[in-house]
Amino acid sequence: MVGIIGYGAYIPRNRIKVEEIAKVWGTDANSYRKGLFVEEKSVPSPDQDTITMSVEATHYALKRSGIDPQKIGAVYVGSESHPYAVKPSGTVLAEAIGATPEIHCADYEFACKAGSEAMFVCLELVRSGSMEYALAVGADTSQGAPGDALEYTAAAGAASFIMGKDNLLAEAVETYSFMTDTPDFWRREYQYYPRHASRFTGEPAYFKHIIGAAKGILKKVKLEPKDFKYAVFHQPNGKFPLKVGKLLGFKREQLDTGLLCPWMGNTYSGSSPMGLTAILDEAKPDDLILMVSYGSGAGSDAFVWKVTSRITEVQDKAPKTKEILNNNKNYIEYGTYAKYRGKIRKAE
Amino acid sequence: MPSPRYWREIPQRYRLEASKCKGCGKVFFPPRLVCSSCKSREFEMVKLEREGKLITYTIIRVPPSQFTDQSPYAMGVVELNGGVKILSQIADCNLDKLEIGQKLRIEFRKIYNEGEAGIICYGYKCVPA
Repeated sequence: MVGIIGYGAYIPRNRIKVEEIAKVWGTDANSYRKGLFVEEKSVPSPDQDTITMSVEATHYALKRSGIDPQKIGAVYVGSESHPYAVKPSGTVLAEAIGATPEIHCADYEFACKAGSEAMFVCLELVRSGSMEYALAVGADTSQGAPGDALEYTAAAGAASFIMGKDNLLAEAVETYSFMTDTPDFWRREYQYYPRHASRFTGEPAYFKHIIGAAKGILKKVKLEPKDFKYAVFHQPNGKFPLKVGKLLGFKREQLDTGLLCPWMGNTYSGSSPMGLTAILDEAKPDDLILMVSYGSGAGSDAFVWKVTSRITEVQDKAPKTKEILNNNKNYIEYGTYAKYRGKIRKAE
Repeated sequence: MPSPRYWREIPQRYRLEASKCKGCGKVFFPPRLVCSSCKSREFEMVKLEREGKLITYTIIRVPPSQFTDQSPYAMGVVELNGGVKILSQIADCNLDKLEIGQKLRIEFRKIYNEGEAGIICYGYKCVPA
């Protein structure tokens, strides 16, 4: 058996409301609030990036795992906002948690699926016996061009998971992946903001891949939606995960616990992994969880997790995701947001 | 900060590694080679606690050039649990609501960038607990 032995999430304190963004661009806030089901989003402080959030989420994961960081064999950070174009995020994270130097580091990229990619590889490395523990992080300080629809949701956050074989808090019962070449969202080299194909990001991209991955894994494990206590899907907005859940046959009460986007925004590589942390915060032994990520370009990784009796021992060992989301919020205006996100051109 | 100096200070800036004198038990942060108390040269590495309280602070309104985007910001002396006092920026705080004795905790943050093309220097800052 392999699975999760420690998890943690981190969300910056700053928030901006949809109304504040809509006010600047002269759009109708209600159409975004109702159309995308998003109320506000997290914004990183100027001194925060994918690496700093990964470190904080991993400190919480280490608290819950109780392991010596020196026993971690791999550190994989999945993100589309790695601070450096050339220099790994993983080495900084590994150094910050005291896991160096006998460690394998790599940075993963696959639009919003980079975090679940890292989780998938870590599980398999542990399963193969190559290492005792492996650390997977999904984190992003997501970019959205000013005035673009993405600006209403592009947010910041991180989720961290330590995979192992013993003392599991959630067993990885099965994994399944579903990929095609679908150009729905991209960012070319040297471009500051990503581009997307508007409505094309829906049916042939998000829905096709998530449904393909979900149906594939359900068939593989011979389970039905009603067998699961929780399900979490990638959350580019609040509406898509609820719609895809309904299409697959899940009920709202199975989806609500992991749904963070309406109050956090889309944390890209951190999205469904952070939803999983919110579920683990409340899960009980033997609960089954379906998680399906989605990354443009395009593909989905699906996981079936079975919660173990150890979950109740670790839930309170670090701050819970919804506590972090709901406490100590600092609402900012668009001007401050633009400054924090480097959207203001200054003199050289 | 030149890259080699930043690299040398990673253990204390990233992991709060301090040196504890094997002679008298005094803890030094950043680590020292000779104990100022008993002159011993033998130390063991200890990690500082990540929670503490604000002892005193000041607001920086005219900062060094690489911190101008962050001003005004607070710098404070923070007593970490265990008694070691550190000098740290207090981030993510309302400058009008900082209070002596306020509980704080350490977070990993960017300290500054060496311009647009240089390295990013990371380290610890304190934030309200």
